Parts: sequence; structure tokens; C-alpha cells
Amino acid sequence: MRAFQILIDGFAISALYALGATGFTLIFGVSGVLNLSHGAIMVAAAVAAWAAASIFNVGTYAGALIGVAVALVAAFATYFAVVKPIQDSRRIPNEEKEIFVLTGTLLWGIMIQELIAYFFTNNAKTVLPIVEGVVDVLGVRTPKNEIFTAIVCCLVIALLWLLVNRTRTGKAVLAASMNPRGVTLLGLELTNIYIVVWGIYGVLAGIAGVLLGMFLGVSSYSVGPLTASAFSIVVLGGLGSVSGSLIAAFVVGYLETLTAYLVSPAYRTIPALLLLVFVMYIRPQGLLGRR
Amino acid sequence: MNKALSGALRSALGAAATGALLAASSPAFAADPIKIGVIAEAQAIAGASIPQAAQLAADEINANGGVDGRKIEIIGYDNHSSSADSVRAFQRAVNEDKVNIVIASYISEVVLALEPWASRLKTPFVTPGAASNEISKSVHSDYEKNKYTFHGYLTSAALALSVCDGAKDLLVDKMHMKTAVIMSEDAAWTKPLDVGYEECLPKIGLKVLDHIRFSPDTTDFTPIFNKIEGAKPDVIITGISHVGVQPTVQWKNQQVPIPMFGISSQATNETFGKDTNNAAEGVLYQGVSGPGVAVTPKSVPFAENFKKKFGNYPSYAGYTAYDEVYYIADAVKRAGSTDADKLVDALEKTDWEGTIGRVQFYGKDDPFTHSIKYGKGLITGLMLQWQDGKQSAVWPKDVAKVDIKFPSFIKLSN
Repeated sequence: MRAFQILIDGFAISALYALGATGFTLIFGVSGVLNLSHGAIMVAAAVAAWAAASIFNVGTYAGALIGVAVALVAAFATYFAVVKPIQDSRRIPNEEKEIFVLTGTLLWGIMIQELIAYFFTNNAKTVLPIVEGVVDVLGVRTPKNEIFTAIVCCLVIALLWLLVNRTRTGKAVLAASMNPRGVTLLGLELTNIYIVVWGIYGVLAGIAGVLLGMFLGVSSYSVGPLTASAFSIVVLGGLGSVSGSLIAAFVVGYLETLTAYLVSPAYRTIPALLLLVFVMYIRPQGLLGRR
Repeated sequence: MNKALSGALRSALGAAATGALLAASSPAFAADPIKIGVIAEAQAIAGASIPQAAQLAADEINANGGVDGRKIEIIGYDNHSSSADSVRAFQRAVNEDKVNIVIASYISEVVLALEPWASRLKTPFVTPGAASNEISKSVHSDYEKNKYTFHGYLTSAALALSVCDGAKDLLVDKMHMKTAVIMSEDAAWTKPLDVGYEECLPKIGLKVLDHIRFSPDTTDFTPIFNKIEGAKPDVIITGISHVGVQPTVQWKNQQVPIPMFGISSQATNETFGKDTNNAAEGVLYQGVSGPGVAVTPKSVPFAENFKKKFGNYPSYAGYTAYDEVYYIADAVKRAGSTDADKLVDALEKTDWEGTIGRVQFYGKDDPFTHSIKYGKGLITGLMLQWQDGKQSAVWPKDVAKVDIKFPSFIKLSN
């Protein structure tokens, strides 16, 4: 009974982590950008979905769509207002650009966080679930929304796989992540590929944020922990490796759930962080990392 | 020459005297305003009501001519729920803005950080919402140093008593409940609260089966609720303030069949209904006042005026902050001065009927020096429940409007 409970709860949270981390790792893989405003974009999506549904009464589905749209806008804003100007700047030496991008996106994330706290308070908000009620799964009373969350996460990740491996655009993105210079030599504009990737990222982060808002709820305080969790999952899986991130998301998700059930909810995140430190010692490139 | 000089002197003195008379008779030329610094969590559900309620009280007092012709001026500071920001705000309030007294915060950690500053800067300081026993215990243990701090809200010990008194009538006597699990966040205010719960729950006939403390950063409450369900208690006794929305929503989404009863600070604010998409339905929480509840004749008019001005009913700390401005004004009037020590003396003699009951402070020899007195005829607190999207009083009997009712997923064991 308890084993099933851990299995079911762990799956939903892991799938959510996986979705959140995929976009993050994709951007790094293709353009070398570590986007530290990731958590802020997810929270912005969830809060927008909440506000649309609860304050402006647009309904649950429209609210969720508005949430994803806000994340998409925020992702493009991050790229055009913060990342691109730094990448294009001639006054910042090339070898320092990564640090500038890190700092820039971190500050950008804090700005978004403070704006959310200012307009919507720092208390948690929860998005009205698309499906309500509970069902009995293997003797465990499970909210339907939890199952819905897991299914949507898996579907979106599957779609992403198809997009990357089966379409022309996706192949260009894949190529850019392997050899950016080669891609330009083939006559593809690198900037266009980046825009596509940031677009994909925005949608992924938006869906993850809205689902998180439905499943657990978010507040402006969630910004830091969300960025940190995506970051550690991606580092654990191997920077830039999408499949590594997926595996790492499930490792972290289940480790946290096991700790919460078997040890104490208060120590939930600690074992996963210890594992991260341990992996850094013996395999600095992460589980499936290339470098 | 001599005559002329003395004449000039006389007319000058006369002018000065007339000036003084004029000043005394017309409020427009009155002495400096009474400055009250308000340091609060403007971005948090419970804290947002503090500066708003204080301003409302000040506006009312000023519209009625102020205190002996002196106006009350509220100077607000947002502390972002941070102790460090609060200490800086306190220093600024005293040293630069020259406030006479400070009202600050609903978070015990913040108030405990400010208490030594009230002593160092010799500035009276009242909290409208923190609960830790340590606040008034420090006043008791070093009175001369810490006498500047007043605890304008119930201590955790008194809160536990209030919850137990309500639980006895509502849960044990009426619904014949026998067992409970305590669920509280890990924070300064819940340590004495939990001690109080552990002590008083068995006394009223509720056996404590388990006691779960969790980090205030917790976002996923599934394991916690599952663990509680495993213990099969009749009721969950809560001690939550930093968290509120998330456990409440997950309680509803997971359809945890056990009622929640106890302290849930965020539930005291009217916006809680919307923040939880009405998952709050059925939540039972302790309060010192509530919308539509006539604890005293002042309670309902205050809540209605607050809603008219700010769009929602106040949180518990709004009621206390409103009362505080009034009894500070009363103390200034009685002291005839804003001198810190005289103000402390006058505040100690406070006997003020506010919106939450009759406010008096425990004296030097009581263990909780400068905390407000708990008891019948003073302040007893209430139990309220979220019903049909509204907060309704269910206890004590003399103010209760409705009976307890639960959403359909709650399965009462008796």
C-alpha cells in the first residue's frame, strides 16, 4: 500500500520535474545559456493562470492557455532583452559572456519575482485544476489532477522528442547543439534557431508552471527553489543532455518522495542534494553528459 | 529710555503670550503630530492588513480632532517579511523619522529581532500579530531593559488554550471526537504552541496520536496528509501561518477525510477564499474577531469600514493593529506626553475595549509581562469556519451565527 503510494506520488512529481528541466537543458544544449530566470518564468505562468481564472473569471482552460502564453512572452523577453544584447555586445569579452548571461538572467528573474510579489502578494496561489475529484488507483486515493499532470508531462515530452527528431526545424536545432558553426555554414541563421528554441522553452516552462500551480501551488518564494531544482537536475543528468535530464528528474523525484515518506517531510530535499555532490565527485560531467 | 525699553519688552511679551494662546486654542497650530511607525509584511496575506488598519484608525482619530489637538501620523515601512529589513526600518523610524512608538509585524522571528532594538533605542513597540511566548517572557526576565516591548496579541500559550477551549465544546462535547494529530510548521511561534497543545488536548479528552512538524518551505503536503491519515485521528489540529494556501488546497484536492481545526493565520484574511479557489471550505480556524462577529460593539463597524476602504475584510492582525493605534492614542492622552518612559507607564495601565475584546496587559510580576490578558470578560478568541465562501463564527455560543458544516469528502468517525 505504502509502496504504491510512493510509486504514484513519485511519478507525478518526477514527470513535472522532467518537464520543467527539459526546456532548461535544451537552451543550454543549443545556445550555451544557463537561464537563471527559469523559476520566475514558471511562477509567472502559474500566477497568470490563477489571476486569469480567479480574478478575471475567464475559465479554467482559457486561464491555463493564458498562463502558457505569458511564459512564452516572458521567455522571448528574456532572450531579446537580456540574453541577446549580452551575446551581441562587443564591449563584453567573449570569455566573460557566460558570466554576464548568468548574472543578467538571475537579476531578470529577481525582477519578475518582485513584480509578482508586488502585484499579487507573496502568498501562494493555486490554479484551479482542469479535472477535479479523486480515483482509486491500486488502493491509493489519487487526485485525478495528479494523473492528468503525469499524462500531460509525458505527452509533451513525447511531442518534443518527435519535434526534435522528426522535423526539419527540430533537426536544425539538434545540429546547432552539436556544431553551431557547421549550421551557419549550411546557410541557416543561428539567431532563427535560437528564437525557435526559446519559443519551445517558453511553452515547456509555461506548461510546467501551470501544472505545478494546479498540483502543488506556487508563490513568489518558489522562484529560487524552482530554478535551483531545475539546475541540479540538469547538472545531475549532464548539462545539455535531454535524456540525462529526464533520468535525473525521476531519480530526484523518487528520492525526494522516498525521503518524505520514509524519513520525514522536513528532510525531503537533502538526499537529492547529497547525491548531486557525490556525482560531482565521481562523474563531474553528470550521468549522461558529453563534456 | 528705560521706560521705552520696558514698554517694548512688555508688548513683545504680550505678543508671545497671545501667540501661545492662539497656538493652544487652534488645532491647526498645535504641537507636533504623534508619529507611529508601522513596520509590516505588506506583501503577505496576514501582514497586509496591518498598515491599512493602522491608517484607518489614525484617520478616524484625526477626524475627531486628534489627541489633545495633536494629529496622529502613520509612517509605513514594508519589511518584505525579513528580520534584517525590519531592524533597518526600526532604526530609520526612530533615528530619522523620529517616531514616538512603533507597531510591527505578525512574524515572531521579526518581533524577537526588533525587541532588543526597542530597548536600545528606548522606543515603545507593540506587535499586532506575533505569538511567541519569548516576546513577553523577555520583558519579564529583564523588565528595566525590555519594558518598551508590548505584546498586543495572544501568546502561543494563550492561543493553544483558546483552541483547546473551542475544541472541547465543539469537537469533544458535540461531536464526541477522541483523537487528534497535531500538524504545525517549524517556526518560533509554534514551539510554545505545540507545548500548549500537547498539554491541553489530553486534558479536554483528545488523545494526541502523532505530532508532525514540517518545514515552512514545504510545497508538497501529500506525504504529510498520508501519514496523518495512517494514524486515523478524528481531527487535525493545525498550527500554520507561514503556509496556508498550499496545505489547504492539497487537503481538498486529495480529499483528506479529516477536518482541520486550529490556528491558520492566512485563513483569517478574506482573500484566502480566492487564493485557494474556495478549497478553504470547511476549514476551522481560531481568530480574535471576524467579519460580522460582534465581539464588541466596535468589531463589526471596523470590519465593514475596512472592507469599504480596502476591498476586503481584515486579517486578524488588522483588528489588533486598529485597536493598538486607539489605545496608543489613549495612553498618550493619559500620559500627557509622548516621552517613552511615561508612555510605557501609561500603556501598562491600558484598559481599552477594542474590536477584539477588552485589552489589558499582564504586569511586571506575571510570567508574560506586557502580553494582553486572556480570559472571560477580556479576550477569549473565537473559532470560525469557512462556509459558502465566507468566514462565519461557530464558537463561543454567544457570537456563533451558524453550526459547523463540512464538505462532503470529510468523513466524521462518529
